[in-house]
This record gives sequence, structure tokens and C-alpha cells, in this order.
Amino acid sequence: MSQVAAITRAGETSAPAAHPRLQAALEALQARFDRAFGARDNPWRNLGSLGFFFFWIVAVSGIYVYALFDTSVSGAHASVEAMSAGPTAGLMRSLHRYASDAFVVVMFLHLAKEFVLRRYAGFRWFSWLTGVPLVWLVYASGIGGYWLVWDGLAQYSIIASAVWLDWLPVFSEPLVRNFLTPESVNDRFFSLLMFLHIGIPLLLLLGMWVHIQRVSRPMTNPPRRLALGTLAMLVALSLALPAESNAPADLSRLPGALTFDWWYLFVHPLMDATSPGFLWALSGLFTLGLAALPLLGRGERPPVAHVSLDNCNGCGRCFADCPYAAVVMMPRTDGRRGHRQQAVVLPDLCAACGICAGACPSSTPFRSVEALVTGIDMPQLPVAELRARLERSVAQLTGPVKVVVVGCDCAAEVKALAGPDTTVLSLLCTGMLPPSFIEYALRGGADGVLVTGCLPGDCAYRLGNFWMEERIRGEREPHLRPTVPRERVKVAWAAARDVEELRRALASFRAELSGLGSMQGKAIRRLARQEVAVD
Amino acid sequence: MKAARFVAQALLYVPLMVILGYFSTQPRFTDIAHGQALVRLSFSHAGARKVECRQRTPEELAKLPPNMRAAMDCPRERSPVKVEIEMDGRVIFAADVPPAGFTKDGASTIYRRLPVAAGKHRFVARLRDRPEGEFNYVHEESLDLAPGRAVVIDFNAAQGGFLFKG
Ligand code: HEM
Ligand code: SF4
Ligand code: SF4
Repeated sequence: MSQVAAITRAGETSAPAAHPRLQAALEALQARFDRAFGARDNPWRNLGSLGFFFFWIVAVSGIYVYALFDTSVSGAHASVEAMSAGPTAGLMRSLHRYASDAFVVVMFLHLAKEFVLRRYAGFRWFSWLTGVPLVWLVYASGIGGYWLVWDGLAQYSIIASAVWLDWLPVFSEPLVRNFLTPESVNDRFFSLLMFLHIGIPLLLLLGMWVHIQRVSRPMTNPPRRLALGTLAMLVALSLALPAESNAPADLSRLPGALTFDWWYLFVHPLMDATSPGFLWALSGLFTLGLAALPLLGRGERPPVAHVSLDNCNGCGRCFADCPYAAVVMMPRTDGRRGHRQQAVVLPDLCAACGICAGACPSSTPFRSVEALVTGIDMPQLPVAELRARLERSVAQLTGPVKVVVVGCDCAAEVKALAGPDTTVLSLLCTGMLPPSFIEYALRGGADGVLVTGCLPGDCAYRLGNFWMEERIRGEREPHLRPTVPRERVKVAWAAARDVEELRRALASFRAELSGLGSMQGKAIRRLARQEVAVD
Repeated sequence: MKAARFVAQALLYVPLMVILGYFSTQPRFTDIAHGQALVRLSFSHAGARKVECRQRTPEELAKLPPNMRAAMDCPRERSPVKVEIEMDGRVIFAADVPPAGFTKDGASTIYRRLPVAAGKHRFVARLRDRPEGEFNYVHEESLDLAPGRAVVIDFNAAQGGFLFKG
């Protein structure tokens, strides 16, 4: 069973089968936030980039507090207390804590969202698998940070961590014996803690870098408004509730009632309530379970993009637009003059989204070649097939206002909109549509073209809807020619659950179009007079 | 940005802020209930070999391959360390601590937290590091434990046996 795209009809793929109920709940939740944030600034669509953002806040505030930190058993606690007394240092300390907490929250939400969308399956296995160790690194970084304060919480946490590690039969002398009496902790050991608290976050950053290697143009910065909003929230929280320490550590005393960061330290009471072995089993199962998920989603992978060298001029547009870095440009192998490069698909990385086919200049339906073959194409839905379907269905349209709806298999299902005056075309991804097809449809007799697909920031293939918008606005190659009447082209993104909303958008578009009159006779001739550049 | 949107966003940020801040400090966590004290028993001590070394007889040596003919036969396995803590005449902890390692030739190590009521107590710690026989280390001590005190009972044979610290 392929989760990425199950072949349903010959040559067609169905939407990725996510966890349907959970996905509906997620979409409903996102829709609520859309109303306040707009789709693009919605935190639910920026969880990964928020993770990076919080990491940087933690890093910058961490460098600041490190400069004021006294790396010694006797001086650590006092130096941290002194920070809290100063306005700037106190703010930095609080930001360091709360951004770390927020990091955990967005990490788990990101994980949950990717899980709900079944993004562990198929070609995404790499992103998923490299995400798993990040959970450990985040926790190791955060818990280690609490030790440096050397207060009662540090005392409790470091002993609980040592007991947990001692469960492994690897230490000849138990670690916990380093924390029996006040004299057993020395400054050298404290330097080691500092080293760990710098080293592990650096490893985390390296892990995050690896994590995004298989996506091109990864979104590692949240949109500006969202970044400012979350930063303002963290600053407000820091001012309202400045981070504080507990009383200094004293190994000859119990630490008493502790203020406790449950986001990170919940693991300790969990172990106290059960046992070190239980906590190992739980964290081990969690990790292995996550790591094994890609195996579940394995199976038939849809056919990947295919390059036709005769039709590739080496322009590199497919390379620029591929969301998964699955196209590389290589030196020409066929000796064609004038073209130095050619596109090559790396099948393992290809998501089978077809965005490259939409980017290729050879995909224009106006070409007068006998059989339309483009530079890079999807075997399950070739551009020639797309053109044939479009021609056939536009010719069959009847009624005063004929509309072509182009959508994708991942968002609102467009089939429900089909009728005598509406024809629908569902692509692998909306980004697969060469913009010239819009003009082709209008010239073929359609009165308007409605383009739909996943909401901004929610594209199942990350970038398809961005590219489509930019192409229609004329900001990205291949662009929709400026002579195409824009009032006859409408973009209406809609999530899978928004079919009714899409239906309304179509109705209002149709009403606008009926005011424009039909796309017959003169209008078509005017459009046709503008020469179409054909490769 | 429209004012309504701004307000709506603020309204969504506030609960996140409250949740972040709350669980970053609350609910307070108490490891061991107020009014109690803690005895931490911890040692790392290698028990005696389970079987004493023994001179091999000439016949036995002859049976062994020439490169293995060591005069002494010393099985490496150690005996578990038996330990017992008695408080006010009642045994509050007893264990046979097994030797570490795949071949059971490592030290026996333990770390155990024993919460006790604060106040005056008479402790007796006993340990046996041989396969058989009586406890060969015994130590008695009276302690007046204030609430929140944490004392350590360690063991070091070279320093004479049990060590009460803290
Ligand atoms: C330290 C925490 C993490 C950070 C900062 C992070 C960040 C990111 C970023 C920036 C992206 C690229 C988003 C885009 O541009 O489309 C991404 C993608 C992804 N992440 Fe994470 N991630 C983290 C943890 C995880 C974890 C724990 C998992 C799951 C086990 C995970 C699973 C994924 C998957 C499957 C994708 C691919 C999405 C796609 O192909 O569209 N990540 N992550
Ligand atoms: S189908 Fe999508 S992932 Fe594959 S090469 Fe084309 S653009 Fe890249
Ligand atoms: S977009 Fe088309 S022509 Fe350009 S490099 Fe890719 S396959 Fe070749």
C-alpha cells in the first residue's frame, strides 16, 4: 500500500492517504488560526521554521548569559542570581529559558503535524528519520542547561539523570557516586557540564542542518510578522514572569519544593514513579517506533519525473523549482550545440509532484510538434495527455459561462465541481500546470480558468502553490503572458475540507465572468494575435 | 494589519504564553515530602571471589593444552555483596547486590534512596562480601536527622568499612 500516491485509475494518482480524521481536525484548527493570522503567517504552517527561530533566540541569549556566567561550583548559582537582578541580563536569562520551552512545544507540534499528514512515508523518510534524533538532542541540551544553575533543581535533575544513565551496564563506577556529598563536585566537573551544554546544542544545530538537506529552499525563517509576534510574546512572558532559580544546591540536604520546568524535566518524576528501566523502555520504544514508521509507509512508489533530452534546453527552471532537490543540472551528454547543460532526475529524491513539468518551457501546449513531448515529464500524467484532456473537455463545455477548474489531488477535490459548464482537471500538484495552459484553455473557448490547490504554506509538495502564484503574477518563469486577461483567471486555494468554499468561489467567479461576456470571436482573435513564443 | 486581526492574534498568543510560563515553573515539585529526611545508601565494592583460587594437581595440568597450564585455577566470578540497613531495630533495607559484568567479575554497586522520618534514629549497617557466613562488616551510629537532611551511607573496605557522611 503506497501512502504517497495510490494508483487508482490508469495513469492517475489519488491524494495521499493521511490519517483522515486527524487531518480533518488539523485542517479545522489551522482554519481557525487562518482567520487571525492569514494562511501564510499561520504558526501551524511554520512549525519547523519556528523551531529554527527559537533555536537562534536560545543561541543569542545563551551567548549573552554565558559571558556573565561563573563556571565554578561555588560561583555558578550566585552569578545566575546576579543576572536576574539586572534588567538586560534578566531578560536574556528569561528569554533563554522560555525560547527553549517554546522550542520543545513547536518541535512536538511539528512532529505531530508531520505524523498526521503521514509525512514519514515514501520519499520523505529521510526528513522523518533525521528528525527523530533531534528530540533527544533537544532534551539533552535543555536538561543540561538546568544543571548549570547549580540550585536545588540542578541537584535533583543531575542525580536523577545519573541514576537513569547508571541503569545502562556501561559505567564501571556509577555516575551517581559523583553526587554523594558536597565535596564530590569540583570545578573541573563543572567545566565538563559547560562543555556539554555548548557541545550538545551545536550537535543539535548540525542535526537540524542534516534534517533539511532533502528539501530545497527549506523554510528556516518564519514570516516576519510571525517572528515578531512570537518574539514579542516571549519578551512579554519574560517580563511578566522572569526566570528564577531555586535555593543553591546542597548535596547534604533535600532540595525541598522546587519550581519545576515540566517541559523538559517531566522525565525525572516519571522515572521516580516507575523505574529507570521503565523510562529507558519508554524512550526506547518511542524512538524506535518513530524511526520504524517509514517502513510502514514503504511500498509502491509512484513513477518519478523523466527527462527527454531532445526537449531539454538546459535552462534549469526545473532545477530551480523542484521542492526536493531531485533535479540536478549536469554537463550535456548528447553533444547538442548551444546547450551546455541538461536536467537529470535523482529518482530517490523525487516526490513525483510534477512541478518540474509545469516549470519546463517545452511544456507549452502551443507547440506544433506532432506529439507533444516536454523536457521533463511525469509518466503517470504526461503533458501531452493533459493537453488532450483539456482540449476534449473544453470542446464539450456548454452553457453561457464555461469554466475550467484546475486543482490538485492533495487539496479540495475538484471533481465535485464538474458540470456541463465546468470542466475539472486534477493534477499531481497545481504547480504542475504550465501557465501557458491557462491561455490555451481561454483560446480553446473557455471563458475563465479557476486555479485551486493547497492553502499557502500548506502545499503537500511545499512550493507548488507559491510557484503557481508567482507564475500567474508574471514574477516567475515560465510566466503567464501579460496579454492574458487577468479578470478571466482566478486563484482560490482551498484545503481538502473546503470544497463548499471552493464551490462558492467558483459561483462568484462565474458571476464576474458573465459580466465580461463570452470569450468568443474577437477576444480570442485578439489573444491569438499576440505571437506565442514556441521553443 | 487590520486592528481586528491584531487583537485576534494577541488573543491566540496569550494562552500559549500562559501555558509556557505556567509549566515552566508550576506545579511545584517536591521530591520527598516535607518533614522527612533521606538516607542515601551507595557503594561500589567488589565482593570476594565465589570460589577460592586453588592449586591445580599435576594430573589436571597434564590434561590442559600446554599454553593453558597455569598453576592456579582462579574462577573470576565474584560473590554478591549482602547488605542490610536497620533503623531503630527494624530492617528497612536488605539486598544481595550482584556483581557487575557479563562474567560477574565486577564490583557490586548500589544507589538507593531511603526516606525516613526526621528525628533521632539508631542505624545499624551490615555487609557481607563473602559467599557465606556472617556479616563481616557492621557499623552502628545514632543520627539526629533534621527535616530535609540527606545523609550518605557509603562503604569502603580500605577505610575500614561503612562511612556515614553528611
Ligand atoms: C529540532 C526540531 C526540528 C526542527 C527545527 C525542524 C525543522 C524542520 C524544517 C525547517 C523543515 C522544512 C520545512 C519546509 O521548508 O517545508 C522540516 C521538515 C520536516 N520535518 Fe522537521 N524539524 C524538527 C524536528 C522534526 C521531528 C522530530 C520530526 C519527526 C520525527 C520531523 C519531521 C519532518 C518531516 C517529515 C519534514 C518534511 C516535510 C516535507 O517534506 O514537506 N522534524 N523540519
Ligand atoms: S516531480 Fe517534483 S520532486 Fe520530482 S523532480 Fe519533478 S519537481 Fe522534483
Ligand atoms: S526546465 Fe525543461 S528545458 Fe529546462 S532544464 Fe528542466 S527539463 Fe530542461
